[in-house]
Amino acid sequence: MTKSFATVVDIAQDIASGKTSATEVLEQHLQRINERESEINAFNLVTTEQARQTAAQVDADIKAGKKLGPLAGVPVALKDNMCTRGIETTCSSKILEGWKPPYDATVVTRLQQAGAVMIGKTNLDEFAMGSSTENSAFGPTKNPLDTSRVPGGSSGGSAAAVAAGFAAASLGSDTGGSIRQPASLCGLVGVKPTYGLVSRQGIVAFASSLDQVGPFTHTVADAALMMEVIGGHDPLDSTSLPQPMPSLSSVLEQGVKGMRIGRLADMPDGCEPEVLARMDAAYAALQSAGATIVDISLPSLSYCLTAYYLVAPAEASSNLARYDGVRYGMRVETGDLHSMYGATRAAGFGAEVKRRIMLGTYALSAGYFDAYYGKALKVRRLIANDFAAAYEKCDVILTPTSPTVAFPLGDKTSDPLTMYLCDIFTIPTNLAGHAAMSVPFGTGAHNLPVGVQVLAPALGEQTMFRVAAELERAS
Amino acid sequence: MSNASSAPQHSTALPNGWEMVVGLEVHVELDTKTKLFSASPNRFGDEPNTNIDPVTLGLPGALPVLNKHAVELAIRLGLALNCKVQPSTFHRKNYFYQDMPKAYQISQYDQPINIDGYMMLPGDVRIGIERAHLEEDTGKSTHIGGTSGRIHGSDYSLVDFNRAGVPLVEIVSRPDIRNSDQARQYVAELRSILLAVGASDAKMEEGSMRCDVNVSVRKPGEPFGTRCEIKNVNSIRAVGKAIDYEARRQIDVLESGGTIRQETRHWDDSEGRTHTLRTKEDADDYRYFLEPDLVLLDPDQEWIESIRASLPMLPAARRAQLAELTGANKESESVYVIVERGQDEYIAAVANAGGDAARALVYVQQAFAEEGASPKVAAKDIATLTQMERDAKLTATQAKTILSEMVANGGGDPVALAAAKGFEALDTSAVEAMVDAAIAQQADAWAKYCAGEEKAMGALVGAIMKASQGKADGKVVTAILQARRAK
Repeated sequence: MTKSFATVVDIAQDIASGKTSATEVLEQHLQRINERESEINAFNLVTTEQARQTAAQVDADIKAGKKLGPLAGVPVALKDNMCTRGIETTCSSKILEGWKPPYDATVVTRLQQAGAVMIGKTNLDEFAMGSSTENSAFGPTKNPLDTSRVPGGSSGGSAAAVAAGFAAASLGSDTGGSIRQPASLCGLVGVKPTYGLVSRQGIVAFASSLDQVGPFTHTVADAALMMEVIGGHDPLDSTSLPQPMPSLSSVLEQGVKGMRIGRLADMPDGCEPEVLARMDAAYAALQSAGATIVDISLPSLSYCLTAYYLVAPAEASSNLARYDGVRYGMRVETGDLHSMYGATRAAGFGAEVKRRIMLGTYALSAGYFDAYYGKALKVRRLIANDFAAAYEKCDVILTPTSPTVAFPLGDKTSDPLTMYLCDIFTIPTNLAGHAAMSVPFGTGAHNLPVGVQVLAPALGEQTMFRVAAELERAS
Repeated sequence: MSNASSAPQHSTALPNGWEMVVGLEVHVELDTKTKLFSASPNRFGDEPNTNIDPVTLGLPGALPVLNKHAVELAIRLGLALNCKVQPSTFHRKNYFYQDMPKAYQISQYDQPINIDGYMMLPGDVRIGIERAHLEEDTGKSTHIGGTSGRIHGSDYSLVDFNRAGVPLVEIVSRPDIRNSDQARQYVAELRSILLAVGASDAKMEEGSMRCDVNVSVRKPGEPFGTRCEIKNVNSIRAVGKAIDYEARRQIDVLESGGTIRQETRHWDDSEGRTHTLRTKEDADDYRYFLEPDLVLLDPDQEWIESIRASLPMLPAARRAQLAELTGANKESESVYVIVERGQDEYIAAVANAGGDAARALVYVQQAFAEEGASPKVAAKDIATLTQMERDAKLTATQAKTILSEMVANGGGDPVALAAAKGFEALDTSAVEAMVDAAIAQQADAWAKYCAGEEKAMGALVGAIMKASQGKADGKVVTAILQARRAK
């Protein structure tokens, strides 16, 4: 299991109380990066100098008696698809190599305002397309718990950075499970908030109607604190919900007494028996904490994967069309405009990105739109209806986050369909725009961590965090 | 472009009973301070690539935020075009081009903000407006080298993104237009409405108003023929010429046994012809889908009604009012011209000061072309001038002389000016004497005139005007001559 590293809450408290300094905390993390990063490859860039400056500033602020943000001095890593002013943002793609955004993503600004120390930009599957962080132009990230295995993906670098103690917390993005699945595989808490709760401004888009930013942490309390910092309305994102961020830290001790926990009556095939065993243990733990278990069904669940692999690539084909070599990033010079487009995109994108661009372009094409994209949108409505019906009977639904524990590097790279199946439990949440999070709940095969996924309706974060906290207490 | 709406530049009828069917797609840039989806300035003529920001350039992670003022102007225009304003959505129109930063244009597709409007043209012709929707403009490319000024064959291209993201409304007419006169009237009237509601400066020469024309031909009563879309029609005059050329081209093709291909054609104004730009086969597949970065645009009814209440009187109503006041035909050139110049209120002020509105209409049209909506000459002085002419204290010629002087001096009292010039209309007995003298001197002309040769009157009138040094009233002279002949 994961070595116990200091939590966000503890670090913030110890720095604020003067028990340690931001600089000291940072140097401990940099030390761990020095020791293991060459083996793990969690980062595309470690921003050592900027981090030292920020930490020194926090220490100076403490000395000056200034009011501190809730994350003052906490080292945080960012998935490398989040824009950071003047700092390379690559999406682990050659096509953006060297590009420095002239602005910060809203979540980056909010972390800075909270006093967090940005320690680096983490590796991902190129443009967040993948479930293992093997589709990166800068090489795969390894799972710190077993370096022969993947950390999951696409936010594998962010997960590995926290699991290896390189950062106290990190941010990832989740389009179909890209936070929850690596959290599960690395033994961490990972949150996919309700669509619109966290600003997407400055997050390089993969599939805009599905993308959400969320934290990786060691504990549920850390995740709650991170959510409270990054969440809430942002006028720069038109899909941002108008609500203020609800308090999560304050509900963690409320327990689950009287809560109704949904259990899938028709569990899809393909789950490891150890994973299913941990699910049974999770239901039992919640039951003994006073909740009741209700069987529910999501009849459209089996269509979700297919629908997702039409909706997400369709949006991606449009979102990634801007990487054309005209204004920024890579350009392969040729004689004329159209061959420049072709040559640039052929050289700049990796195989998985190309596959999805082609898939998405096809799904949106005249004559195929209704049969593919149109049908996928119908499935989106169906699964939303399924969830609505289920949430009449229960408050949250519990499923495995991933059907398996972390799998060996290279295990699924030759068969995209097998890789896509990793997201079978995580995708429905994104299609519905709901909230979900993964909580570590013991270990399965090879003594590797198993994550339990707590699904909640839109803006059901408070209930979801109460259940997650209960599971954490029971694990 | 003034008074094109009424210029009697009639299109000639098509041969062999052919009828043309025309629909127009007009793009107008809205007169907002900032762009449709970002705070970058919307300003024409600045240094290239200065009015840009991450949203304009389509930088990774940048998101669109809809400009409320653009929505308001679109609604103003929609209401002025008698449209229904409805909840609307935005789509992405996907295609690659170097001046399209995101490789998609955000545009309204199957749920536009304004639908089902109409515009009235002279002769009570009703042209349906299918939709008037919001979308963003592209950047602007300049192709260097080569001969055509187009990308093909050029050495390199320069792109200016200042225009990218500028808010546009595209106004799509129904195919209700049947000749090039109507097309020109439609564009001119649309321009007047845009200016009246303050939605756009509608300058075709600066590209803030751009027309695409759809033309097909058929025999009356038959179904619509295959249409061609003509691009690059950059003036109202060109709209008429391009339509007439294209209709005849299509008739020639059909009459020689050919068929019309659906295609996009380019209007070459210097050559006065259209030629193929691209055929339907190589048209882009735009892969429209709902823009996931934006939400439903659902303006509340209260806001729409407050916009409706703030609309000014529209040109058609102002023309009707002016026609009523002056007794002129509401479709006459002078009525169009005066309303387009915004001088109808001035004429109303002349009438209010006791002036003759019909004479004022003539004076203002002739003498105030450079004056704008608020002429410097006081309305009460123009009122006095029309009274002096009506009361035969001045001849029309004298009144015109005084009017010119008033305009040149930026005002003046017409009574004092008339006195200074020694203008006073001659009394009828003095004119009678001059008529007698003229008949005696021009016996030949008088004989011809009496024999029914109307032209011969000219020589007699000329002689009398000369004798009176222009003080005789031409109308009075004519009346006396006619009376004498009738005896």
